[in-house]
Amino acid sequence: MRLVFFVSLSVVLLVADLRFHTLEWARLAVATLAWPLQRITGMPIDAAGDFGAYLTRQSRLLQENEELRRRQLDTANLLLRQQHLEQENIRLRALLDMRARLPVEGRIAEILYAARDPFSRRVIIDKGTQHGISAGQAVVDDVGVIGQVVRVFPLTAEVLLLTDKEQAIPVEVQRNGLRAVLAGAGSGMMELRFLAANAEVKAGDILMTSGLDGVYLPGLPVAKVVNIDRDNSYAFARITCVPLAGVERHGLALVLGARKALPPQPDDAPSLSAQAGRGKRIKKKAR
Amino acid sequence: MEPTHSSRRILLPVRNWFIVATLFLALLLNLIPFGRLPGIPDWVALVLAFWCVHQPLKVGMSAAFVLGLAMDVANASVMGQHALAYVLLAFVAAGLSRRVLWFPLAQQALHVLPMFLGMQVAMLAARLLGGAEFPGILWFLSSFSAALLWHPVTYLLLIPQFSPEDKDVHRPI
Repeated sequence: MRLVFFVSLSVVLLVADLRFHTLEWARLAVATLAWPLQRITGMPIDAAGDFGAYLTRQSRLLQENEELRRRQLDTANLLLRQQHLEQENIRLRALLDMRARLPVEGRIAEILYAARDPFSRRVIIDKGTQHGISAGQAVVDDVGVIGQVVRVFPLTAEVLLLTDKEQAIPVEVQRNGLRAVLAGAGSGMMELRFLAANAEVKAGDILMTSGLDGVYLPGLPVAKVVNIDRDNSYAFARITCVPLAGVERHGLALVLGARKALPPQPDDAPSLSAQAGRGKRIKKKAR
Repeated sequence: MEPTHSSRRILLPVRNWFIVATLFLALLLNLIPFGRLPGIPDWVALVLAFWCVHQPLKVGMSAAFVLGLAMDVANASVMGQHALAYVLLAFVAAGLSRRVLWFPLAQQALHVLPMFLGMQVAMLAARLLGGAEFPGILWFLSSFSAALLWHPVTYLLLIPQFSPEDKDVHRPI
C-alpha cells in the first residue's frame, strides 16, 4: 500500500517536472540550501585537479605558451582592425537606414563541474542570478558556442551543452549561407537536421550561428561537418558534425548578455506559411 | 563471527543517529562531482539498501523517497527519478531482508546486485520515456561496484553494534 503511494507520488513528480516544468521553485529552494555542501564535496576533486596542474611538465607549459602566443598574433590582425570595422559598419548601417546592431557584453564564468546526471549533458558554472545571469543566455568559449543557460540558481547556473539531445541551434553554412537546424545527437556528436539529400553541404564545412532564434548572436562558429550520408531512400541527408568549441572540456567560458527579443510576428504570418507549403508541394512535383 | 543470522555473534541495538549520519554521509559522497566517470557506485543506494536489509522497521520507503528527492536536485536530473528508483529499492530490500541475512556476505552481495540493477533499469525507463539519451552500457558498472562494496560496507556500518569479545561464562549473552 505504501509502495503504491510512494511510486504514484514519484510518477506524479516525474510528469510534473518533465511535461509541465512546475517544480522549479522547489528545486531552487533545495539547491540553494545544498550549495555549501556541494562546494565542500567538490573540494577533493578541485584539490586533485590543482595537484595535477602543479605536476604539469614544464615543457608542456612552454609549448602551450608558445601556442597561445602564436594564436594571439594570428588574431591580433583581426582585433586591431575590428574597432575600425565596427565604426565603419555603424556608419554604413546608418547610411542604409538599418537598425544598429546591439552591442552585447559578456561575463566570464568558470565551469565548476559536469552534472552527474548521465542522461543529459549539462555543466554547472559559478555565476548565477546574483551576477545577473538569466536563463536563455548563450555560453561560448574561445573557439565557439558551448551551449545555453537553462536553469539559474542564486550562485550557480546550469548550462545545457550543444551535444545534448534536447538542444537545437539554428545555423548556417559559412561557405554558402545555407540555413539549417543543428541538434545534439549525444556522445559528443551533433546532427544537421532536415536538409534535403541533395543539399549543398560538404565534409569540412564550418557551421556558424544564423542568429534567427534571437538567442545566439549571428556569426559565432559552432561545428564542423565530418560525415554526410546521402541515402536516397530517406527524404533528408544524415549529416554528422562535431562541435568546434571544447564543449565537453572544462575551463573558462563566456556568458553572453541576453539579446533583445525579436519583434512580434506580423499579422500576415499565416499566409506566408501557406505560401511556403505550396512551394514545397511544387518542388516535390518538379522532382 | 560474520554479521549474519547464521552466526552466533549477537549485535547490540542500532542507534538512530548513526543511521541518519551514515545516510547523510552517503549523500555527501554522492555529491562529489565525478562527471561521467563510469563505475562510481551510488553511495546512497548502497547505504539505503544496507539499512533496509538490516533494519527494515527503521528505514523504509519514506526515507528512500526523501533521499531520492535530495539526489534529484543535487544531480540536476528530473524530479522524481531517483525517488522512484530508491522507493522500489527500499521496498525490495526490506521485503527480502529476512531471507538475505541468512546467507554469508558474498551471497548477500549476489542478492543485492539485482536490486541495484533493477533500480538503474527503473531510472533508465523513467528517463527514456521522457526522451533522454541512452547513457551507454558502462553506466551499469556502478551497480557492480556497489555490490562489490557490500562486504566492506557491512563491516564498516556494523562496527558500533559489535559487542565486546570477552565472554562471561555465567552470562553467555
